[in-house]
Amino acid sequence: MTPTSIALEVNGERIEAQVLPRLNLADFLREHLHLTGTHVGCEHGVCGACTVRVNGEIVRACLMLAVQVDGNAVQTIEGLSDSGEVADLQEAFRNRNALQCGYCTPGMLIAAQDLLKQNADPSREQIREHLSGNYCRCTGYQAIIDAVESTARSRGSRS
Amino acid sequence: MKAAAFAYARAKSVDDALQLLAAHGDRAKVLSGGQSLMPAMNLRLISPELIVDIAGIAELRGIEVRGDTLHIGALTRHVDLQRSAEIAAYAPLLAQAIAHVSHPAIRNRGTIGGSLAHADPAAELPACMLALDAIVVVVGVGGERRIAAVDFFQGIFQTAMSAKELLVAVELPFAKKGCVHFFHEFARRHGDYAIAGLAALAKIEDGFFRNLKPALFAVGDRPLLAKSASRLINVALTPKLLSEVSGALGDELESQDDQQASGAMRRHLARVLFTRCIATMLDRPELAGGAA
Repeated sequence: MTPTSIALEVNGERIEAQVLPRLNLADFLREHLHLTGTHVGCEHGVCGACTVRVNGEIVRACLMLAVQVDGNAVQTIEGLSDSGEVADLQEAFRNRNALQCGYCTPGMLIAAQDLLKQNADPSREQIREHLSGNYCRCTGYQAIIDAVESTARSRGSRS
Repeated sequence: MKAAAFAYARAKSVDDALQLLAAHGDRAKVLSGGQSLMPAMNLRLISPELIVDIAGIAELRGIEVRGDTLHIGALTRHVDLQRSAEIAAYAPLLAQAIAHVSHPAIRNRGTIGGSLAHADPAAELPACMLALDAIVVVVGVGGERRIAAVDFFQGIFQTAMSAKELLVAVELPFAKKGCVHFFHEFARRHGDYAIAGLAALAKIEDGFFRNLKPALFAVGDRPLLAKSASRLINVALTPKLLSEVSGALGDELESQDDQQASGAMRRHLARVLFTRCIATMLDRPELAGGAA
C-alpha cells in the first residue's frame, strides 16, 4: 500500500504529510503530530474520547481516515486550550470535580463546547443528550453536567 | 483495534465510482460517511482491499423537492436531515427519528445512503424508509434501478444491491394530509442501537385507520412491516382486538437472542411499542391500558 500525500490545517498550522490509507485521524494526530490530547478509547465510535473538530464540526477521530481530512481544518483539544476558547469550561470542570482520571475529558470538553456554541442556555436534559456519545467511567456524569451548566450560566451573565 | 491495510481511491464522479466497483467487485467497499464502515474495519469484521471514497461527488449531496416527492442524495448527512426545513415539513417521521440516530459527532459524518446500504437491522433509517414507502435509487454500469424499500432490505447487512452498484438517492412521497406518524425505540443509552424500535405512518379518518404502516426494527434480521396491522384497517378498534393483533404481531417475529436482549424480550417490547403506537396515533390512551 502506497502512502498518500495530504495537506491540512491543524490548530491553525499548515501540515503536509505522507500517510498510509489505513491510518486513522486519531493516530495521525497522536503518532505523527504528537498531539496526544486526543485520546483513543474504543476505536469504534462508541466512547467519544477521540472527539475533535473538522471544519468546525465535532467528529470521531477514530472513524475518519487521515486521507479523508486532506484539505480540511482540524482542531484538537490542544488548539482549543491554547486559544483560551474553553478556559472557563476547563476551570468549571476543575471546580466541580468533573474529572478524575481525565481520559474522557478532552472529548467531553470539545463536545460540551460544541453544544454551548449552538445553544447558549441548554437545559440539563439537553446537556445530557449532547454528551450522550461520550463515556465517562469515573464521575457518574452529574459533575460534568454541573460544570457545563455553570459555564453556560456564567457566559450568559457576562454577555 | 486498527483497520487492516487497504488501497484508497477517491471517486470523482458516479461513473468513476462505478468503474472502480466494476473492476473490484466485492473486494471493494464504498466509503461515504464511514460511521458504520470504519467501526467494522477497525474491529476487523471486514477487510476490504480497496476503499472507494465517494464523499467528493457533489451530485450525491442534498435534499430537493421534486413535485410531491423528496429526493435525498445518498451523501446527505444525518445532521443535514435534522436541520432540513423540507424534511420537517414533508417527512416529519424522519425528522423525529433522526434525533435517535447515534450522537452529534456521528450525525455530523454519517449519511443516509451509507446507513441504508449498510442495512443494519437495528438501525432507525431503514425502518423509516419502509414506513414512508421510500424508493431506493441505485445505479450500476447497466443503468439505474429503483427499488421499493420493502424489497431493498434482505437480511443482516444484506440488500438487493450488488457489490458493483452504488446507492445514489432515496425518494420519499410527501406526507399526505391526515397522515400521522409515530417513532419510539428502546435503547440502553440515548443514541445507541435500539433493542427494539418502531417507526410508523398512518392515515386516519373519523377515528378509523385507512392506512397503517408500522415498521419494526432491531427485532429481526431486517426492518419489518407488521403484517398483522392490516387487521386494524377500517374497523372500530377495541382493546380486545388490539390485544389480539399485538399478540399475533409477536408471533410474526423471529427475534434472536444476543448480548443486549433475549428474543422473547424483543417480541415483548415489539408488542408494547405497537400497542403504544396505535393508542398514540388514535389519541386513545385507554387502548394502551393493559398492554405491558
